Amino acid sequence: MKSGLRTLGASAASVLVTLFGLVLVTFLIGRVMPIDPVIAIVGDHAPPDVIAQTRLALGLDRPLPVQFWIYLNHLMHGDLGSSVMTSHSVVDDIIQYFPATLELATVAIIIATVIGVPLGVLAAVRQGKRTDHAIRIFCLAGHSVPIFLLALLSLLIFYATLGWAPGTGRQDVVFDGEVPIATGLLTIDAIISRDWAALHDALAHLAQPAGVLAYFSMAYIARMTRAFMLDALQGEYIVTARAKGLSAARIIWRHAFGNIAIRLVTVLALVYAGLLEGAVVTETVFSWPGLGQYLTVSLLNADMNAVLGATLVIGLSYLLLNLFADGLYRLLDPRAK
Amino acid sequence: MSERATTPWRDWLLTDTPSSRRQAAWGRRYRMWRDFRANPLALTGLILVLAIFAASLAAPLLANWNPAAQDLANRLATPSARHWFGTDELGRDVYSRVLYGGRITLGMVVAVVAVVAPLGLAIGCVAGYAGGWADRVLMRVTDIFLAFPRLILALAFVAAIRPGITSTVAAIALTAWPPYARLARAETLTIRNTDFIAAVRLTGASPFRIILRHVAPLCLSSLIVRVTLDMSAIILTAAALGFLGMGAQPPSPEWGAMIAAARRFILEQWWVPTIPGIAIFITALAFNLLGDGLRDVLDPKQR
Amino acid sequence: MLTRRSLLAATAASPLVATTITRSARAATPRDVVVMAKQIDDIISFDPAEAYEFSNNEVDANCYRRLVSPDHTDNSKVAGDLAETWTISPDGKSFTFKLKTNAKFASGKPLTAEDAAFSLQRTVILNKTPGFIITQFGFTKENVAQLIRATDDHTLQIDLPQAVAPSFFLFCLSANVGSIVEKATALQNQVEDDLGNAWLKSRTAGAGAYQLTQWSASDHIALAENPHSGIPTATKRIIIRHVADPSAQLLMLQKGDADIVRDLTPDQLKTIAANKDFHPISSGQGSSLYIAMNQAMPELAKPQVQQAIKWAIDYDGIARNIVPNRFMVMQGFIPKGLPGALTEETYHQDVAKAKALLAEAGLPDGISVTMDYISAAPYGDIAQAVQANLAAVGIKVNLIAGEQKQVITKTRARQHQLAMLVWGTDYFDPNSNAQAFFANPDDSDSSKLKILAWRSHFHDKELTAIVEEAAKELDAAKRIAMYEDMQRIGHQRAPFAMMLQTISTAVLNKGVSGFILGPLPDYTRYSDIKKA
Repeated sequence: MKSGLRTLGASAASVLVTLFGLVLVTFLIGRVMPIDPVIAIVGDHAPPDVIAQTRLALGLDRPLPVQFWIYLNHLMHGDLGSSVMTSHSVVDDIIQYFPATLELATVAIIIATVIGVPLGVLAAVRQGKRTDHAIRIFCLAGHSVPIFLLALLSLLIFYATLGWAPGTGRQDVVFDGEVPIATGLLTIDAIISRDWAALHDALAHLAQPAGVLAYFSMAYIARMTRAFMLDALQGEYIVTARAKGLSAARIIWRHAFGNIAIRLVTVLALVYAGLLEGAVVTETVFSWPGLGQYLTVSLLNADMNAVLGATLVIGLSYLLLNLFADGLYRLLDPRAK
Repeated sequence: MSERATTPWRDWLLTDTPSSRRQAAWGRRYRMWRDFRANPLALTGLILVLAIFAASLAAPLLANWNPAAQDLANRLATPSARHWFGTDELGRDVYSRVLYGGRITLGMVVAVVAVVAPLGLAIGCVAGYAGGWADRVLMRVTDIFLAFPRLILALAFVAAIRPGITSTVAAIALTAWPPYARLARAETLTIRNTDFIAAVRLTGASPFRIILRHVAPLCLSSLIVRVTLDMSAIILTAAALGFLGMGAQPPSPEWGAMIAAARRFILEQWWVPTIPGIAIFITALAFNLLGDGLRDVLDPKQR
Repeated sequence: MLTRRSLLAATAASPLVATTITRSARAATPRDVVVMAKQIDDIISFDPAEAYEFSNNEVDANCYRRLVSPDHTDNSKVAGDLAETWTISPDGKSFTFKLKTNAKFASGKPLTAEDAAFSLQRTVILNKTPGFIITQFGFTKENVAQLIRATDDHTLQIDLPQAVAPSFFLFCLSANVGSIVEKATALQNQVEDDLGNAWLKSRTAGAGAYQLTQWSASDHIALAENPHSGIPTATKRIIIRHVADPSAQLLMLQKGDADIVRDLTPDQLKTIAANKDFHPISSGQGSSLYIAMNQAMPELAKPQVQQAIKWAIDYDGIARNIVPNRFMVMQGFIPKGLPGALTEETYHQDVAKAKALLAEAGLPDGISVTMDYISAAPYGDIAQAVQANLAAVGIKVNLIAGEQKQVITKTRARQHQLAMLVWGTDYFDPNSNAQAFFANPDDSDSSKLKILAWRSHFHDKELTAIVEEAAKELDAAKRIAMYEDMQRIGHQRAPFAMMLQTISTAVLNKGVSGFILGPLPDYTRYSDIKKA
């Protein structure tokens, strides 16, 4: 237990150091961007005195290390500054935009898992056979399509032609402002307020972007599942189980799969972390008001407080998920010890 | 199996008792090739990759139009005998542009790999071999870059310099190296304490020499797999940067930039963005199939 | 009013039924809500003293009212909005406005001259980006309380420090920056001394037909009717959704998920034209697409090279083939629709002439230059076409794409060679563009006027002087003639190749009508939008 605590402490320290590095690098990026943040705010027409006044108001006239120190100081107090683009505090913005990304990534990982894992198992069982090859091509294809093309084609087919899915955005306008916001996750909020129509709408809007992301992530999940399964199926206990005359399904799902579940969770955690980075391109095509889009728009407008805040959140969730995967692996997988 | 009649060179390759280290090495390679060849998907990937490289190199011979020649009166033409894949938003021949674009896309991929693989390898090997402070510092830096939202880092980097092929290559390299470093470090850690390295160390070889001559080569096989699988990711990242307006710049016929410029036509003149899209898809898939096959051969644990 | 809520309440017993109803209702947008798809990620603030992008100015135009506005029937004249009448003293320095008595803010309170005086003073004191539109007449933080004041509840007195052409001043008051904000609300929500600026960034407090109920950046804007405004509105709620992709906008139009779409590409507009269900409308905008040639580069400083570039461009081919319906050829410095516009086409593509001019300049082998341009569509297409045009006469152009703000940063730092940009007029008077392109009283780095002429080191004393005189000319006809002369001189000497003028378009879905596109976003109106 004590060593566990020590590991935890060391991990926390390393996360902090990494986050500090992240802030520093992001901060430096902001300074080398060829966009003058002041001009990004005041625009093309502003006279010189307005520019000077704004530069002063933003504290951009101070030396770089001082600016960085001030930012860190505010950060310690939970203040990420305010965004120029939205005129809200960055914390508020993140509270607004992150749930959209979280919801999208979560549904995507669920779809990818539900389809990818059985496919991987099936491929392992049929190793080298036609099914194995077909699954491999299907999954690798998903990993090879430019995601914006997939997204646009999906809109074209499922929305425009077939009419199965609603269009872009997170919800239909009739629901705008109708469901009280509790978590920011539209599905959960709808459930809390028992608004089943809103839930249906939120899920329908999620289906396309999440499906596109899921297809993209599936290849890796299926691939790793297959590898783990092959490994497990060769284990001694499986041979024993076979000798005992247990049914194939029972052997595969109860014994082999049960044995790889933990390693699989670590894989899923990493894929999830990747999805949380904000699928910028998917969010753009589907007009999804997520953190990825927020970050991109802020970046291209030199809105550095917003960029710093969003990068921190994404970096932190990445690190935490990694830590989780690592910890889980160490805790539960005997071989890792 | 009658066609697998023994020939002298095959016997030489497959002998159980090689007489030289070189013979053993070639024998190992031959066995891998045999495994690889047995995988139809991997072989398809290899053939596709070679074909794409060949077509790109032969672009001047295969193209029937100047890829930069504009014809404003003949924009967005449907595919025809004159323009096999139609024309784009400025009346340029899409077929010729896709051919020339292959050179740029493949060139970028090769350039990124040429930067990333040695860099990642160097950082990983040094960190893994040296251990201690060097390891901790290098790995923290690696972590920072891993935790960074990848596309955003690339976007920021490109925006900070100026959009173009060179900066795209640099930006993708910047985001792609950390996994290589991690991989190389992990491999190095397992190799470092082997008797074999200990023996080399006893001969008085410098750490630099040990890393360069003995550690790095052993990391290569897993690195090659990773590189091949990464090729598709590199192509897609370049395309995504192009899609966001930060990749190769017009009038360069880079595939991602072509899609970015033509994506507004997806509903009516769908072939204009779709054809470079298919080019990207086929190339990425080819690299993926090849990489997957290589992994089966080179990295049996991951099978 | 039948809302979704009441529909739900009626059928609350079964969630399934509710679902079915909303699903079937989804075939079109709800009747009392108009959904507009538009690119709105340019918005920074809705405070009229600060707002200076396209989307926020348009929203403000529907949430606030101003003293005057351009006349609907004749854009070159000014009509009263809040002002019932106004009188101007003979020396042209003193304006007295009598305000209408029926205007009310969204709070229900009547709008008074005190609110008007406060709003204009506020603009001067805050001095944000659009502040110069008012401060250019000589108002300062110190003198504004004295020069702009309410003499009674419905009389506003404005004294100008120096005389100017009356229409110049009135047109400036008709710009968004002249919007009247409710004084009490602004002061109630004041943080430090910001006169409510922080609060008004994301809210409105005006007397217009609508009020802002929600703004979620790069996602959507929700407007609701201002029940007190007295302006009849056919639609109670307007939702403007941020849809960056024109293809997605087209899909929404076709599927009935959007009533109005704003950013279709020229090619999509062509497709739409065949469909009788859709109703496209358009309006020329006060924005000019031009190429600036930086005089700091010796080759570009040669008049013959400037002329060669102007003669090399295929204006007509670009406008007709690449951007039909979105841009038109416009070689004058003042956009069509504004007083003083010069519509004659001086230049056309003449490769031989351009080559001869280059030879005359002593550069028979041509030159090599860079050109910065905005990477967004369709500027990339236009830039590449220009690149090909210039290549044909021997000028090799290396294109440098950038985000709009990046290109602006660069040109403001005077680091460009060629730059292809769009300039929108600040207000409806020709002085805005004349000053931008021609006036450069001080070419040094400490200049107080750093607009287009300064940015390209175009330092022409004669033109600068005419611009200053024209602003003060009291005789309207004589003044217009001065602007026309200026532009003819500009064609000869100014290092700007004026190419195209923007056209704003919107496509209304079946049964939707009444959307009025103004020549500036400041004049676009929602209040008459109706759904059949």
